[in-house]
Amino acid sequence: MLGELRTGERRPLARLLTRVEGGDPSVRALLPDLFAAGHGGHLVGITGPPGSGKSTLVSALIGEWRKRGRRVGVLAVDPSSPYTRGAILGDRIRMMEHAADRDVFMRSMASRGELGGLAATTWIAAAALDAAGFDPILIETVGAGQSEVEIARLAETTVVVEVPEMGDEVQAIKAGLLEVADIIAVNKGDRPGADRAARQLRAMLSTAGGRIERKPPPVLVTTATTAEGVPALVDAIEAHRSTARSPMRARERAASQVRRALADLAARHAEADPGWEASVQAVADRELDPFTAAERLLDAGRLE
Amino acid sequence: MMNDRSTDAPIRVLIAKPGLDGHDRGAKVLARGLRDEGFEVIYTGLRQTPEMIADAAEQEDVDVVGLSILSGAHMALLPRTVELLRQRGMDDVLVAAGGIIPDADVTKLKAAGVAEIFGPGTSIGQIARYFRENARRS
Ligand SMILES: Nc1nc2c(ncn2[C@@H]2O[C@H](COP(=O)(O)OP(=O)(O)OP(=O)(O)O)[C@@H](O)[C@H]2O)c(=O)[nH]1
Ligand SMILES: [Mg+2]
Repeated sequence: MLGELRTGERRPLARLLTRVEGGDPSVRALLPDLFAAGHGGHLVGITGPPGSGKSTLVSALIGEWRKRGRRVGVLAVDPSSPYTRGAILGDRIRMMEHAADRDVFMRSMASRGELGGLAATTWIAAAALDAAGFDPILIETVGAGQSEVEIARLAETTVVVEVPEMGDEVQAIKAGLLEVADIIAVNKGDRPGADRAARQLRAMLSTAGGRIERKPPPVLVTTATTAEGVPALVDAIEAHRSTARSPMRARERAASQVRRALADLAARHAEADPGWEASVQAVADRELDPFTAAERLLDAGRLE
Repeated sequence: MMNDRSTDAPIRVLIAKPGLDGHDRGAKVLARGLRDEGFEVIYTGLRQTPEMIADAAEQEDVDVVGLSILSGAHMALLPRTVELLRQRGMDDVLVAAGGIIPDADVTKLKAAGVAEIFGPGTSIGQIARYFRENARRS
């Protein structure tokens, strides 16, 4: 199975990703080998508000990295409808020029309604692309909701894609940006006000308090449709790679990963516990607080 | 990390519009309709070559490929797309087409591996039902 991934064949990788996405229980047994088979591909998150040009920028980034001789993996995550579970996955439209390139693998994923689970699924899917030798691996997510922040935490380098019109919202997005952005791209640089927006952002970020151990993230202007500014963005992402792999950042990221895995495992065990339904009902009836309920379920699991 | 969801995972459908004609209103309406019916729809846009469609379908590991076609080039484009999908090992992917296609060609297309052809006026509900009943689920 894992041997097949390394041949560069697309089909085994595509099939494995289907199992990962579907939560196929057989994937669990593959994980140690899958992570061990990683080649250390650079995991890059691309996030930002709807329509800011993330997919177009990803396509331009693919083009630039291909020029530099790299094989590029892409995961594009879009929300599922909570009512029908259906989804329209439209990011690929912007990337079709690379569809036939054997050194590019792009997969669209629906969130399938799970917040935490999505982060885990995406992270395992990225590990599969890594085992198949793609480097970098780009993960596109929309917005700045909790799940996107989680996915960003699992990435080594996160690029937040904004547009020049953000202007007045700069204050509002500042907190969210600081939390996840390693690099900010002000995209649609062909529109008026892009340079001014970038200057405003830089000024804002340089005076920002908070995580003083970190330099403010670089702010670049890009035009995804013409690839202007894209080589500089690739340079900035590459430069961040070593920062991301500093012992401190690597440890922070590992801690997020273990927390993520722990939450998923604990939830899975607890949901399979015979006491789950009664515990949930007790919390709904306000007879029990959620923390005590969780603790009892964990204890029950330990006794098994 | 792994809930057992594999059996009830949504059906994945790739919607593509091969050929050169320039509007995709119908394909977009279909994409939205199928989303509302609970499908995961990968929409690839206009002017796709059979190669691009097959390569996308392979990476996305879809259960169904739906081809919307108006251009009259269906006899060139549809069998070629099926052939490329099979070459890539996607033997059981369901290929269906929508558009105005003469009866004589429908027979030939079915012989070439296009499972079904939906004429104008087919409802999204009918298409969804057909996909549910005939898509491979693995
Ligand atoms: N003028 C201009 N338009 C752009 C640029 N980049 C993207 N666009 C356009 O912006 C629109 C949205 O682009 P996408 O790449 O789909 O944006 P996205 O952020 O991926 O969108 P979602 O995934 O739906 O959130 C498209 O019409 C693009 O052609 C740019 O640099 N300049
Ligand atoms: Mg997009």
